[in-house]
Amino acid sequence: MDVFLQTLVAGLLIGGIYALIGIGMTLIMGVMKIINLAHGQLMMVAMYITYVLFEQFHLDPYFALLVAMPCLFVIGALLQKYLLNPLLKVDSILPENQVLMTVGIAMVLTEIIRFIFRSDYRSVKTGYSTATFYIGGISFNIAMFIAFGIAVLLTVALFFFLLKTDVGKSVRATAQNKEAALLMGINAEWITVLTYGLGSALAAAAGTLLLPIYYLFPDIGGPFTLKAFVITMLGGMGSTIGAILGGVVLGVAESLGATYISMALKDAVAMVIFLLVLIFLPGGLKTLTKI
Amino acid sequence: MNFFETQHLTKRFGGLIAVNDLSFGVEEGEIFGLIGPNGSGKTTVFNLITGSYPITSGTIQFKNHRLNGLATWKICKLGVGRTFQVVKPLRRMTVLDNVIASAFNHTGSLHEARDKALQALEFCDLIEKKDYPAKGLTIGDRKRLEITRALATEPALLLLDETMAGLTPQEQTEGVELIRKIRDAGITIIIVEHIMHVIMSICDRILCINYGQEIASGLPAEVANNQDVIEAYLGKD
Amino acid sequence: MKRISWPTIVVIALLVLFPLVVQSDYYRHIFILSLMWVVIGSAWNLLAGYTGQVSFGHAIFFGTGAYTAGLGVTKLGISAWWGMLLGGPVALLVGLIIGWICFRLRGPYFALATIAIGEIFRLVAIDWRSMTDGMDGILIIQSFRSKLPYYYLALALAIACVFAVYLVLRSKWGYYFVAIREDQDVAETIGISSFRYKSLSLMISSYFTGMAGAFYMNYMAFIDPHVVFSLHDISIMAILVAIIGGVGTLWGPAVGAFIMVWLQEIFRSAFFGLLPQWVSEAHVLVFGLLVIFVIRYLANGIVGDWSKITGDWFKKKQLSYSSSGN
Repeated sequence: MDVFLQTLVAGLLIGGIYALIGIGMTLIMGVMKIINLAHGQLMMVAMYITYVLFEQFHLDPYFALLVAMPCLFVIGALLQKYLLNPLLKVDSILPENQVLMTVGIAMVLTEIIRFIFRSDYRSVKTGYSTATFYIGGISFNIAMFIAFGIAVLLTVALFFFLLKTDVGKSVRATAQNKEAALLMGINAEWITVLTYGLGSALAAAAGTLLLPIYYLFPDIGGPFTLKAFVITMLGGMGSTIGAILGGVVLGVAESLGATYISMALKDAVAMVIFLLVLIFLPGGLKTLTKI
Repeated sequence: MNFFETQHLTKRFGGLIAVNDLSFGVEEGEIFGLIGPNGSGKTTVFNLITGSYPITSGTIQFKNHRLNGLATWKICKLGVGRTFQVVKPLRRMTVLDNVIASAFNHTGSLHEARDKALQALEFCDLIEKKDYPAKGLTIGDRKRLEITRALATEPALLLLDETMAGLTPQEQTEGVELIRKIRDAGITIIIVEHIMHVIMSICDRILCINYGQEIASGLPAEVANNQDVIEAYLGKD
Repeated sequence: MKRISWPTIVVIALLVLFPLVVQSDYYRHIFILSLMWVVIGSAWNLLAGYTGQVSFGHAIFFGTGAYTAGLGVTKLGISAWWGMLLGGPVALLVGLIIGWICFRLRGPYFALATIAIGEIFRLVAIDWRSMTDGMDGILIIQSFRSKLPYYYLALALAIACVFAVYLVLRSKWGYYFVAIREDQDVAETIGISSFRYKSLSLMISSYFTGMAGAFYMNYMAFIDPHVVFSLHDISIMAILVAIIGGVGTLWGPAVGAFIMVWLQEIFRSAFFGLLPQWVSEAHVLVFGLLVIFVIRYLANGIVGDWSKITGDWFKKKQLSYSSSGN
């Protein structure tokens, strides 16, 4: 029983961070109607930024958030403005032009990082990386716990932004109906740039929060891109609440899979969930919760 | 039994009732008009007939077939053709290729499909533009292409959804002629139209709906003078 | 039957004569790979370029074909050449199942599912050691020392594949595929079962890709999961080959295959050793930059955007699909 609870707790904590990745992805999908296949790679770039700040300036990863997030916001916004938006004007046969572009971006980001840092495994070891505390026999990793807390805070802040501010409302309006939003005087192009920036910044946050408990190498982006779209699919495309649920479900499922099936197949868990959702619940959790 | 009929046709979108207990019949060879104010549910009726939306309750009967629950393409195979209110040309194909694609409905041979397509283009007077890319057509020609494409599937029943909207008066006159010609070729027509003089001049019978419900039906003159119809269009004074 | 145009005959004749004139195994090897990519690129193009269903996972079919041939040797003790016969049908079966799951749904499900399923296949091939020998891969003994038999086999496959696509396009299927690509709603209302025809397109596409995989097993005599189920080196490469040449054009993927294989080789060998070693390490980077550049500036590829490249702005823009009737 303890093993089960322990597994559950670990899954929930990591699920909070996954939710952050999923929300970024789902925001982009909602507004641009595309799958961002560079999502994990953007997160990876943020992790390297945090890593450099830690190695060179001994900046605590949680403070590095304040640098990594704005950096990735700018990178994301520039990518959207100069690489993704211009594609809307191209008459091409392939509907998935923008998605292919994100694949190209993902490859380039990975290779640039590999060029600078080589393929070596790196990690950021802080005093609290392995520290734990106990509640009723269940151990809590402190780094995970803090990361979960910050993830929740960021999510709440995002919801405040989307629900209460004018810009946030414009984002939601664009996601619901782009043409109507245009007629209402919303600058849709600016909204897409903002959204991609925001999505990247959220991925950056997730990456930075994961860093103290993970190791780092250039190819780490790919698996996280896959996780991100599994979460989005699971939650229902474009649904923010769904993304949170999806993130938590994936975190718990992976954690259970690693404990009870095999460590090696942990990555396959996400894919199996993906297939099951595709077959039995194509609309995602969104269709169950009606949100 | 009618050539085509619906019974207690109902469609709900969540809490909204778009089509409410609508029963009507169409006889073979007639031009049947479906009118009503904006948002009254006309296009939804078409979407229900062609199976684009699932029906909430009620039945649709065409010849000896029940159309409920059939896939859109099967309904087309049974002989129901339609045009779209917002024209949808297959943009990167030529006009001829657009029509050939639909002429394959009852044949597997390219040769035969091509002949059928050319015939349909000739019939609709679009033959001179057969090699144009469909995306380059004027709005009038696009509407014509919609009709040609539907005809090439060799339907027994043709659903025309606002094929006159946006046309010049000259084009409207030609359109009316074309619709009569189609009927004379033995095809039954249900037409949704906003332009009243068009509807009044070509329809044998008219059904007027509002909020998805029948408010009047009968000969054009009867419907035009019906107090409820006038109110639905102009509002109560 | 329409007559085959003389440029086609000239190109085929040149390709037939090539290995007789060029004795170098290296150049023959590059040509064999190029021809293999003609098959994969054309197969991908039929599905994505003509039917509008973009696959991010053609490695699924390539790897399935390759492993069918390989496992035939290690598990059944039959010749890897049986793979040429079985690889296609097995890949087709996989395609059929994927299509059955995804094509009932509207939306980007197919594109997403292909990435995920590609990943699943790779992981299974790695972890199911008792069956696949995992990362140790499968090693067989090549049947021929000379490159010639492989060359002509690859050439035959490439011609068969392009010709098959040509025939499909001039039939009911082709018209239906393109109609679905242009507008699925319209396709349904003119009597096309989009589910059935998308599945058909996928089946043809996966069949040829599976054949190419089986050929690869026979020719290279070694496969492992990272090579044949690779997202970048197979799935993305297939997309690039088609896009660079011209999506939705008959000859585009063939042109793209030769360009991409050569480009890859040039960078992998650091311009044949003329440039410092770091250039070869950057070959994936170049690959990525190429994706970005091509999508941004040459979205319809070299064949599709030919008028744009030659600056012939006034010429009537080449139609991506026209019956060219008589």
